[in-house]
Amino acid sequence: MEHYLSLFIASVFVENMALAFFLGMCTFLAVSKKVASAFGLGIAVIVVLTITVPVNNLILEFLLAEGALTWTGIPGAENIDLSFLGYLSYIGVIAAIVQILEMFLDKYVPALYNALGVFLPLITVNCAILGATLFMAERSYHFGESVVYGLGAGVGWALAITALAGIREKLKYSDVPGSLQGLGITFITVGLMSLGFMSFSGIQL
Amino acid sequence: MSAATPKGVLTTPIFKNNPIALQILGICSALAVTTSMSVSLVMSLAVIFVTAFSNLFVSLIRHHIPSSIRIIVQMTIIASLVIVVDQILKAYAYEMSKQLSVFVGLIITNCIVMGRAEGFAMTNPPGLAFLDGVGNGLGYGFILMLVGFVRELLGAGSVFGFTVLTPVQDGGWYVPNGLLLLPPSAFFIIGLIIWVLRSVNPEQIEENEFQMKENTQPKEAV
Repeated sequence: MEHYLSLFIASVFVENMALAFFLGMCTFLAVSKKVASAFGLGIAVIVVLTITVPVNNLILEFLLAEGALTWTGIPGAENIDLSFLGYLSYIGVIAAIVQILEMFLDKYVPALYNALGVFLPLITVNCAILGATLFMAERSYHFGESVVYGLGAGVGWALAITALAGIREKLKYSDVPGSLQGLGITFITVGLMSLGFMSFSGIQL
Repeated sequence: MSAATPKGVLTTPIFKNNPIALQILGICSALAVTTSMSVSLVMSLAVIFVTAFSNLFVSLIRHHIPSSIRIIVQMTIIASLVIVVDQILKAYAYEMSKQLSVFVGLIITNCIVMGRAEGFAMTNPPGLAFLDGVGNGLGYGFILMLVGFVRELLGAGSVFGFTVLTPVQDGGWYVPNGLLLLPPSAFFIIGLIIWVLRSVNPEQIEENEFQMKENTQPKEAV
């Protein structure tokens, strides 16, 4: 149990997707002008990450990894290594899950669909989603760990984008030099936030 | 970009319409691999290869792609190209592929590749689309190398692994600035590059949404 808690804390603070690995930057910068929309996107990312990382973990474990097809009973299956198909399968799984989630929410939870609607399609091409899956594969997490890691990575990203949106809302009132306005000052703000988050590094539970 | 001339599509993305600095595309994977110049160079080459060829292939079959599934088709082409790059790196430059770790895979979700396939290759002939891919890849690579140069020079005192500024611990005079090797510095450097580019080209400055009145006290505004 402690192991899972430690992994969760590490993925939220120490290895923050946005601030330590620069993942999901495009949407991170584009959708952080208002706290409300940033929060909506954050929730959507948490939901999608918590589903896709474990699903991709199962795909890796039972279809792609070396010797993973042994359960099918096909002769010679233990020698098959399909891990080079990883990227193609992961991105397909992510696109499919986002699509299914969108249809499901539209039918059963219209309130949530209206809140998340615009952001869901954007998420397919969000590097944070694919990045979390790739990190999961690289560090060979097992199923339980992948659930915790997916959730933690999502919470960390949501936290970062909401905090940045809060800062940018205040930043509107400050007198920024002309050519630094908009994107430039946002980058420097993110840099300072990243510096702040570095103080979490080395935390071990 | 008005008229699509071969020279124009190749050169405008490098300075005038840089994908990273202006369109804020593809920063996702760009920043993490810029701690040293050789890594940035390999990453840039990989991205140039993928953008150029995905543009070429998408453009070749652009009349046959049904528009409802075009994103999936583009995604499949891009993912296959990235797999090729990844396998080549693993076979011939294993150390490098370890350093790049997941960021080769993340070229798939790099907005530049997708954006050029969707925005340019779908409506232009293969030759031009290929050049556009190379141009945008170069624009991306240019920023990447610049960031990599600053970070490696000031962070470790070397360029491409060759020592330029001899660090103190080797008997030289230069005290390496460790911050430059840490994530935050990449944000600062990109921010400063954007500042410089926009000071040179003032028409790129973003409109301020909330212009303050002259002589307003800050406390009145909040």
